[in-house]
Amino acid sequence: MLADALLLQLGYNATLVAIGAGLLGVASGVAGTFLFLRKRALVSDAISHATLPGVGLAFVVMVAMGGEGRSLFGLLLGAGVSAAIGLLCVHWLTRRTRLGEDAAIGAVLSVFFGFGVVMLTVIQTMNAGRQAGLEGFLLGSTAGMLRSDAILLAVSAAAVLALVLILRRPLALAAFDPGYAEATGWSLPRIDLAMMGIVLVVTVVGLKVVGLILIVALLIVPAVTARFWTERADHVVIIAGVVGGLSGYVGAAVSATAPALPTGPIVVLVGFGIFLFSLLFSPRRGVLASVLTHLRYQRRVHVRQGLLALAQGQPIYEALTQRLLTRAGLILPDGVPTAEGQAAASKALLDETRWAIVRGDQAYALAATRYDGLTPIETVLTPDQLFEIDAKISAPEVVA
Amino acid sequence: MNLTLVTDHDTDQAVRAASPLAVRGMTVSYGQTPAIFSVDMTLRTGAMTAIVGPNGAGKSTLLKAALGVITPLAGLVTVFGGAMADMRDRIAYVPQRTSVDWDFPVRVIDVVMMGMYRRLGLLGRIRGRHRALARDCLDRVGMTHFAHRQIGQLSGGQQQRVFLARALAQQADIYVLDEPFAGVDAATEKAIVAVLQGLRDAGKTVLAVHHDLATVPDYFDDVVLLNTQVVAAGPVADTFTEENLNAAYGGRLTTARADPESVAG
Amino acid sequence: MGAEFVALSLPPMVIGVLVAIACALPGNFLLLRRQALIGDAISHVVLPGIVVAFLLTGLVATGPMLLGAAGAAVIAVVAIEAVRRLGRIESGAAMGVIFTAMFAGGVLLLEQSDTSNVHLDVEHALYGNLESLIWLDATGWASLLDPVALAGLPVELSRMVLALIVIALFLWLFWRPLALSTFDEDFARGLGIRTGPLGLALVIMSAIAAVAAFDAVGSIIVIAMFICPPAAARMMTNRLGHQVAWSCLFAALAAVLGYVLAGYGPLWIGAGASVSAAGMIATVSGIILGVAAVAGPHRTRNS
Repeated sequence: MLADALLLQLGYNATLVAIGAGLLGVASGVAGTFLFLRKRALVSDAISHATLPGVGLAFVVMVAMGGEGRSLFGLLLGAGVSAAIGLLCVHWLTRRTRLGEDAAIGAVLSVFFGFGVVMLTVIQTMNAGRQAGLEGFLLGSTAGMLRSDAILLAVSAAAVLALVLILRRPLALAAFDPGYAEATGWSLPRIDLAMMGIVLVVTVVGLKVVGLILIVALLIVPAVTARFWTERADHVVIIAGVVGGLSGYVGAAVSATAPALPTGPIVVLVGFGIFLFSLLFSPRRGVLASVLTHLRYQRRVHVRQGLLALAQGQPIYEALTQRLLTRAGLILPDGVPTAEGQAAASKALLDETRWAIVRGDQAYALAATRYDGLTPIETVLTPDQLFEIDAKISAPEVVA
Repeated sequence: MNLTLVTDHDTDQAVRAASPLAVRGMTVSYGQTPAIFSVDMTLRTGAMTAIVGPNGAGKSTLLKAALGVITPLAGLVTVFGGAMADMRDRIAYVPQRTSVDWDFPVRVIDVVMMGMYRRLGLLGRIRGRHRALARDCLDRVGMTHFAHRQIGQLSGGQQQRVFLARALAQQADIYVLDEPFAGVDAATEKAIVAVLQGLRDAGKTVLAVHHDLATVPDYFDDVVLLNTQVVAAGPVADTFTEENLNAAYGGRLTTARADPESVAG
Repeated sequence: MGAEFVALSLPPMVIGVLVAIACALPGNFLLLRRQALIGDAISHVVLPGIVVAFLLTGLVATGPMLLGAAGAAVIAVVAIEAVRRLGRIESGAAMGVIFTAMFAGGVLLLEQSDTSNVHLDVEHALYGNLESLIWLDATGWASLLDPVALAGLPVELSRMVLALIVIALFLWLFWRPLALSTFDEDFARGLGIRTGPLGLALVIMSAIAAVAAFDAVGSIIVIAMFICPPAAARMMTNRLGHQVAWSCLFAALAAVLGYVLAGYGPLWIGAGASVSAAGMIATVSGIILGVAAVAGPHRTRNS
């Protein structure tokens, strides 16, 4: 059943939905990366919650105009309009009052959502409202979708993806190097507006698939996940697109296999699974790697400081330093250095003395930036340079 | 400031017991690069000491680690020979202005009262004598008339004076200041120096991160030249030499002197 | 009118006011610490906490559910902090990852397990059901003095009173360190205040407010009350104590007005049934915030 779903064997609608969700995932992963890099990830949360009153009002208006009120296109249009108003409110509160963006986001999302709930209860009392199914917009539901809706979903997802790809250059510029973007004549506020516009469209298209509470995950999780695998900005965009696409496609397909598997949560959990794996095991920024490097680094610092203290005949204060030196066979338990310890200590002191010369001499300014208290100087300078430095060290000693 | 090489535990223990603030083997790193490495520093009672060094030398880091504001990777701190935790009442601290939320809803007089929070405890009543002390501290920095302003509405120099007043309200023996003259007007700088020298003359110990080399000999008694490690430390007359400065700043000394901030400050 | 009001409207209104104030109190400090969205994250993870508690115990009992929700809130906060530090990810993004994932997990568990015979669903978690908290034993204002009738008060009322007392006590006790560590964290640490545990304690207080309020009123009110009354209050004054007082006033006003508008508003305009009280309270708090943002004496940074 799962294999059938992943291989698009569950029927025309499910296939359309899975492909649409996949395309939407790619678009949101890419758009979300720009949002994430501009440090405005949670603005999308305000946008998505602000769609609810629009959905409700659109339904009421369509019923008042004599329709059935369930036209997906009409509902999404309403969602887009009220999300835009919500976005404007966030913008206005941040610019015109002393409130921070976080407070503005929280205020807009809760108030708009609250008003949306008021609208839903109004609709429930209407005759046409009993089976409106607007609750599906909260958590996403693609089960039992009309064919026309599935087509609308797939087509608009493809359109959003195309839009993101067309605008990727200015968006990337604004995210990675806003200063350069402005210097070369781009208007940052306009690019930001375009970015928010795309996020808004992604949100609206994603409403029926992921639902307004969880759509924010589709924008944030892929970008955050990608950040673990690369330091290069352009690669972040690509990886985020892949993670997003995978979450959308697999999530929608899995959800189609059983009725009790709501699409939104599955999509989010697939993405979160990839995130969790990256958080723990990414070789560069992963938790496992970081913990190991930090412990190793702390030990190196303690050993080095201990050796320097030994070389200068100073006492060693910290128990950890003593323990590490003893374990390495550099000192005996009573604190007296072994022959090996003596040698290592003199080597460390020589290294420090050489570094001191390098750091005090403008001629070595570039090499001096490599100083971190731990790097052996031979790895930075050529033997000739070392010879030159050693000459400077012995000179004052002769005077003394 | 001790210049002799300390060779054994007992002698050093005596040195540390006599010093208001002593740091041994302090290393702090952000990620894999040390901000300061194996720093020793011993303050002298009743002296004004400057920590001087190029940008990124770890001056503020050294202060923060010494006060326990950040956790060092390695290092030992003693205050009058005792542990920092037992001696906090004896230290007053003026952090960098950039680390503060200036939009916070608090008035100048309330900021000064914060200097007494340790003594007041969680629920101790604020009495007349506390208010009088706060007003007196504001008076000493010339800010009495601003007592009821919101802190964010003051100029940079005025904010710095209020912070100094808060430190005065701590009634400590050691005053630790992080870049007290950064971004303040000339009148404020003069006022702050006068207050600090007054404290010194009353037998208190002052330690400040300082960025203007030109005023070091005028303002301070001792100096610590820092560039990740301590390059030199001791009385200004012996330590603040061309040679040591070159060693601390590498080739960047000329640029440091031409630094517009140091000229203006 | 009197009897009906005391039995049907007074309890939900009082509970609404208590919820609003219990959330607004810690909300003031969350707002000033730029952590307003922690409230958002906490109220989202209450659902998975309750579902897991239900699945583990098989009971729809208050005790386990509150514990489950509180546990989920703490796990969420720790996880957000861990992702932020370990992954060097900006806190907004870290929140977005964690609370959506936990909420999604909660919804999935709920759909997968048989909860058809218990009162547990996503809509309820979001909107709550303030209107149903009625006091059947009340026969009029005199019931307020009748111990037998008082014993029949909705259990949510006493729970909220307890939560409010705990939160108010915490703020009263730790007012100084909280204010100091929010204003100037370096100085606070220099005084020996452990700002890390203190910040966590504040978040736990917020979680207590969210968890206690959740069953009665749902998540929307909780988020709205964490943020809107303190934000509006910040624009009324430049003093912390006054700000907290204003926020309590605004919170109570939003609760009472919202409840009245939801219950009687539709009748006034000729419609039949009432609308969601939780939604209306959130809406009113937004209107209050809007007014403060346009006319508050200290609405901008240099006022």
